[in-house]
Amino acid sequence: MLRFLVRRTLGAIVILFLLSIVTFLLFFGMPRDPALLMCGKTCNPTSLANIHHVLGLDKPVPEQYWIFLHNLVLGSNQFDQGPCPAPCFGYSYHTNDLVWQTLMDRLPTTVSLTLGGAVCFLIIGLGTGLLAAWKRGTLIDKTATGGAMVLSSMQIYFLGPLALAVLVYQTHWFDKPAYNNFTGDPVTWFTGLIIPWVVLSTIFAAQYTRMARSSMIEQLQEEHVRTARAKGMSRQYVFFRYAWRGSLIPIVTIFGIDLGSLLGGAIITEYTFSLPGLGQLAVQSVFFSDLPLLLGVMLFSAAMILLFNIIVDAAYAFIDPRVRLA
Amino acid sequence: MDGGPEPDTNTGTVKLEGRSPGQLMWIRFKRDRTGVISAFVVGFFFLIALFAPLIAKVYGKNPYTVYADERPELFDSAGVPVQPNGGISSEFWFGLEPGNGYDVFTKLIYGIRTSLFISLAVTVAVVLTGILLGVTAGYLGGRTDYWIGRLIDFLLAFPSQLFFIASMPVVVSLFVSPRDETPTYVRVVALIVVQWVLGWMSLARILRGTTLAIREREFIEAARVSGATPWRIIRREILPNVVTPLLVQATYLLPSFVTIEAGLSYLGVGVVEPTPDWGQMFSKASTELVLQNDITYMFFPGVSMIIFIVAFNLLGDSVRDAFDPKTAR
Repeated sequence: MLRFLVRRTLGAIVILFLLSIVTFLLFFGMPRDPALLMCGKTCNPTSLANIHHVLGLDKPVPEQYWIFLHNLVLGSNQFDQGPCPAPCFGYSYHTNDLVWQTLMDRLPTTVSLTLGGAVCFLIIGLGTGLLAAWKRGTLIDKTATGGAMVLSSMQIYFLGPLALAVLVYQTHWFDKPAYNNFTGDPVTWFTGLIIPWVVLSTIFAAQYTRMARSSMIEQLQEEHVRTARAKGMSRQYVFFRYAWRGSLIPIVTIFGIDLGSLLGGAIITEYTFSLPGLGQLAVQSVFFSDLPLLLGVMLFSAAMILLFNIIVDAAYAFIDPRVRLA
Repeated sequence: MDGGPEPDTNTGTVKLEGRSPGQLMWIRFKRDRTGVISAFVVGFFFLIALFAPLIAKVYGKNPYTVYADERPELFDSAGVPVQPNGGISSEFWFGLEPGNGYDVFTKLIYGIRTSLFISLAVTVAVVLTGILLGVTAGYLGGRTDYWIGRLIDFLLAFPSQLFFIASMPVVVSLFVSPRDETPTYVRVVALIVVQWVLGWMSLARILRGTTLAIREREFIEAARVSGATPWRIIRREILPNVVTPLLVQATYLLPSFVTIEAGLSYLGVGVVEPTPDWGQMFSKASTELVLQNDITYMFFPGVSMIIFIVAFNLLGDSVRDAFDPKTAR
């Protein structure tokens, strides 16, 4: 187990390193000058050169990358805005804040949104999926399958504004979604996030319903399940102890991928409900061409995906005793 | 899943003649009522996209006319259509867009046209890349396979949605300087490129697996022994055998590209006004103006997209079932 974790972590670090090179080249090596946008209307060659020098853009790209990597690992005191401790992505072009600090400020929103949503969609999605598989072929199954089909084809950019319009703007049943600190006031934290959770988990729950149902039905046709039934075990016992465990494997895989990518920024959900999370931060930094911030979000997000890939693979060993990690 | 008891298509016909797997698939597909209906719905969308200019001509409007300027009497001071239900009338079938007052019907059909064109282009690019890299990796094996596999792993670690929105301005800047107005075709090309770069991996992986399995079969060995070049084996022996997974995957990929493209336009990094686009209509629909006053507008892009995606997914399932009748549902 330990060897597995070490090996995978090293692999993830290599991938992150390569990813940082590609992203850095994409942002700083392309014929696009971020200084030009900051320079504004009164731009002249002198002020442009000045901005270049301040941002360190007058150096060759490999050197810029080396400085970036050096700062990232060891921190830096070279910035005009002040010191920049170890995971140093520099300072934002737009707000002049420390990038790492901004990321950490935005993270609780994304984590609240993701975890709350995940709890909802896992319970609803798996529950409905199991029920549909249990009652296969009945009206319940057909309703669940049909409903899941339609709901999973919905997009957050349709369902989100629709929920906002109906629940907030037309009926005034809810306040506009907002993020409040959980430690400050758990009640407003909950009420502020309830619409985003519902919208997010509606679409995801529908996908998990379909997945759980088909995975379960596939498992029920396995030979070990038939043998267990033939031995005289009750349908219930076989359903929940045999088939359920086997059907978890594909679900865990997808869940890990979903959770990792949502934690790296639920971009469309956060944008729709104006929640100040990592996803919204990414969209904003694209519009302000805030390259250090964008680079920070990108690497953080990728790290999340890789982390959850490792967790998923480790989780296999617990679910499926046949899997031996090495 | 539909229809009566299934007669065995392999033997139970009047004439004893050989049928190709393609013909068998077609026969099975035609019996699947859901599949046929979905195919018609999907086809209908593509026809609309294809003939959008013609339909608009018959209808007598175009999606670029700003009716807020041309016919100000139809709007109140905030720019919301005066008539109820988003200004739906015999003249404007789907109403008028709050704000600029574009005609929603023509905007929608032109928007579908833009979105489907982009997604189709991405799908074609992805299929070609998938075949090229997947089949090559599977057939050649060894070092080529290893490196293509690592490339796939690496690209799969990318936060794709983030990469799309972050790289759109970069790709656009390759064509135009940031000070100039960006022409529409540049944005379209950029959308196709970014989705293509991160879109081909899953297909390539599946094709690699299929090729790997086929490579060990006797007929490939026979071809190799009789002196066929690798190129000929790939072209004549392997490609016809990977058509099945290719077609199934392509029917799943295309709708996902439609939703990705719409998402990018929704976030404001894809196609922008005045070019009509499916996703951009959603971004218009989520403005305060629409949310506060009249949400009729929202349903036209919303419902049409749901119908399209559901039909396409059902079609994908039917195509898969027709190719591989063993899969249970």
